[in-house]
Amino acid sequence: MTDAPRPPNDGGEILAVDGVSVSLAGRQILDDVTFRVGTGEFTGLIGSNGAGKTTLLRVILGLQRPAAGEVRMLDQPRGRRNRSIGYVPQKVLLDPDMPMRARDLVALGIDGHRFGFPMPSKARRAAVDEMLRAVAADGFADARVGNLSGGEQQRVLIAHALISRPRLLLLDEPLANLDPGNREEIIGLLRRIATEQHIAIVLSAHEINPLLPVMDRIVYIAAGRAASGTTDEVVRTEVLSALYGHHVDVIHVHGRVLVVGGPGESGEADIPADPACRVG
Amino acid sequence: MTNAWVIATIVAVIAGVVGFFVVLRGSAFPAHAIPNGAFAGAAGANLLGANTLVGLGVFSLLAALGIGRLGRRGRHDVATALALVVMLALGAAFLSRSSEYEPVIYSLLFGEVLGVSSTEIFPVAVLGLVCIAAVIFLYRPLMLSSVVPEIAEARGVRADRMEMAFLVVLAAATTITVPVVGALLIFSLMIGPPAAARSFTDRPPLAILLSVGIALVTVWAAIASSYESNWPIGFFVGAIGAFSYAVGRGWAAWRRAA
Repeated sequence: MTDAPRPPNDGGEILAVDGVSVSLAGRQILDDVTFRVGTGEFTGLIGSNGAGKTTLLRVILGLQRPAAGEVRMLDQPRGRRNRSIGYVPQKVLLDPDMPMRARDLVALGIDGHRFGFPMPSKARRAAVDEMLRAVAADGFADARVGNLSGGEQQRVLIAHALISRPRLLLLDEPLANLDPGNREEIIGLLRRIATEQHIAIVLSAHEINPLLPVMDRIVYIAAGRAASGTTDEVVRTEVLSALYGHHVDVIHVHGRVLVVGGPGESGEADIPADPACRVG
Repeated sequence: MTNAWVIATIVAVIAGVVGFFVVLRGSAFPAHAIPNGAFAGAAGANLLGANTLVGLGVFSLLAALGIGRLGRRGRHDVATALALVVMLALGAAFLSRSSEYEPVIYSLLFGEVLGVSSTEIFPVAVLGLVCIAAVIFLYRPLMLSSVVPEIAEARGVRADRMEMAFLVVLAAATTITVPVVGALLIFSLMIGPPAAARSFTDRPPLAILLSVGIALVTVWAAIASSYESNWPIGFFVGAIGAFSYAVGRGWAAWRRAA
């Protein structure tokens, strides 16, 4: 399953995750997770809450040391990867009283990790303006970032992550807490960024359906294990049953996917929480 | 009297700059606890007949390191509260051993700007410059770590190191400001002006300048009022600081409504 056919826009592989296992406080969170991400590819990291998605992203960022296995950015020497990864964490809380405009937060993305006071310049301003336009956030560039809506803040955070020109962009549950309209817009925006700027995108989500039209590759996580490939290869009854360790049914209804736990299993909690899809 | 104005001006600039980050990071509780550590240090120095500024510096640094160190593994507020209590207890013990009891405790707790001698200005100015230089040096990573700590971590800016660095800056700022406005009320100078500044602007550098401006007006007005009325300067600093915050909130509400 790990050797998926490369999508047409692939310009080579950028990220290699090899046999990564993580245990936290004696509990195994990830078990031998292996997958590849290609340049400009859109990868959906799908799994229910608590499946280990955030831990996997932390391993990729170098914030969590795996017990076994390794993660490599293939354009970088080993051990150096922070700088070429953009990151949008889950649930960023921005204080509405904080004196900071959307453009100030984006500018912090340029060189926020460096010491010293940032000297304003035309080049900085132009870079910020360009990035704000790229995520369609130019309309609220001068608004206080803490007062923006969830979808608007998400755009600003994406611009913040992209302005340092990373090769890989990781987003942790960016679609949670967004209404369907905003969700569609963010997904479309990210798809465009991946294709046009050749940035590999890895996006974690607990709902699979909104991402079906855009994913080049899916990494499906359940019970700490992962299966990767194209959606058609992975989201199948036999693959997911093997992953969950018990029988699940994959049902296609009107172009949507429904993953249903087998009878007699208490597997409900393992199934991606996808209320919209259950109703359908 | 000139000494008073000079030193109060230094204090206002430091409090305005450092206070901006105190408010941004939600570090109001450490900003209250560290001066109390400083108070204990000053009391101890007084007892030993040592330089008060040294006592202030050593103990506020100890308080900062203690809060940063203990807070790393547990809840920050608990570590801060414990540091506060230990320092206050030490301060009480030192003072009870000291012969010159009342005027000393009074000026340490509530400030005594008019008693500043010209020999104190030089060390205070140097420490003040160090403080400002440290904030300028730390500006970007401190801002990133304060606003989006998870992203900062991912970019290699460790939140615990930034916290420790900031607490040390806070300790230095405290050392400078406690003798002037007092341990109990320095807090108001670090919170009132920067909190008020946030209501008037959306730009971080402008908010810092505004915070300094409001702190300057607060301190100058407090000195003048204290001199005229013979009331403690701390009272005026606290009152004017809170008043500026109220004006800021009023302004923000009015702007939203307009």
